[in-house]
Amino acid sequence: MTRLLRAMGARTVDGIWRLGFATRFFLAILARSGTSFARFQLTIREIFSTGVLSLIIILVSGFFVGLVLGLQGYETLQRYGSSEALGILVALSLVRELGPVVAGLLFASRAGSALTAEIGLMKTTEQLKAMDMMAVDPIARVVAPRFWGGVISMPLLAALFSTMGVFGAWFIGVVFIGVDDGAFWSQMQASVDFRYDIVNGVIKSVVFGFAVALIAVFEGYDSAPTAEGVSRAITRTVVNSALAILALDFVLTSFMFRGNG
Amino acid sequence: MNRTVLDLWVGVFVAVGVAAVLFLALKVGNLASANIGETYRLQANFDNIGGLKPRAPVKSSGVVVGRVTEITFDPNLYVAVVKMDVDKRYSFPRDTFATILTSGLLGEQYIGFEVGGDTEMLKPDATITKTQSAVVLEKLISQFMFNKAAESPKAPEQ
Repeated sequence: MTRLLRAMGARTVDGIWRLGFATRFFLAILARSGTSFARFQLTIREIFSTGVLSLIIILVSGFFVGLVLGLQGYETLQRYGSSEALGILVALSLVRELGPVVAGLLFASRAGSALTAEIGLMKTTEQLKAMDMMAVDPIARVVAPRFWGGVISMPLLAALFSTMGVFGAWFIGVVFIGVDDGAFWSQMQASVDFRYDIVNGVIKSVVFGFAVALIAVFEGYDSAPTAEGVSRAITRTVVNSALAILALDFVLTSFMFRGNG
Repeated sequence: MNRTVLDLWVGVFVAVGVAAVLFLALKVGNLASANIGETYRLQANFDNIGGLKPRAPVKSSGVVVGRVTEITFDPNLYVAVVKMDVDKRYSFPRDTFATILTSGLLGEQYIGFEVGGDTEMLKPDATITKTQSAVVLEKLISQFMFNKAAESPKAPEQ
């Protein structure tokens, strides 16, 4: 019994300790991110590896999610004789929820895991320590550019995901099924509000970008310097990012959309 | 990968991403169509607003001329007070009729302006006096049933 309680206590303390460490790490990144903007080339390189290289998976998944949404949405809507509302259904669900969330999940598993692996391996091979020895701050030189690269890439990827989704739904709904083209776009435009829907979606994707990038670089920096430790850190990155995205999404949604729209 | 190629790819990525946001704003959203710049405030009292919500459109002849901004309840008069922002480019006569209408059978509700013939125009912050409440389906049905019930005794005589 005491052992069980002690194990629980140790886990709680450990968790809070890690949370505190992550917060301090976040502040340290913010404090030392001057380099990543002064030498923007460092950040551009990271935008390439997190953003540009994630393009294919984001675009293809967005398109397929749009295709499925279009098919399923049409299937249900035509029962009520309002298949023209397909545009509204697809655009609202993509822009408000699916775009930021699914793009965030994909981003965490495609780019977040790579960030963790890279930094973890640098730590394992003592490259970070070597930098420290040469009076190069590893947080400013290695961690901050990767963090900002992720933060910048994520909203762009989410917007691309939503766009491809809308295009996919248009493709299946208008081109294949034969929903009226004009009604599809005009009904969509009539009920998607720029400030209320699109800006809130972009805010969500920015928040997810911060969360995923922070978790990824933190887990990499905090990983045990062994092969096993790095692999565990990558697992934690993907799991924690997914949980963080879903939890944050609920919190943000409950603040943004109170059902009075 | 050399630097210029890298820069090019990142540039393309950012450009495409910004284009996607623009696409969402202009083509999916209503930034272009409902871009109401300068507005003035009008007010109207309704006995029953039905399912009218803030941000619902205000239309005249089917064209969106404004948006509902605020709906409150007046505890002295027991009416719903609807405030709306109307585009400055359009002014309406003082005897304009404000009606709560529904687009389609199950569509959203909006305020329709039916223009009267007064030569004087509504000033900013004016209150529209001629209003018609939302049609409540239950009332309509019960009226219909009531009329039918009143008619039915005659039926055997015919």
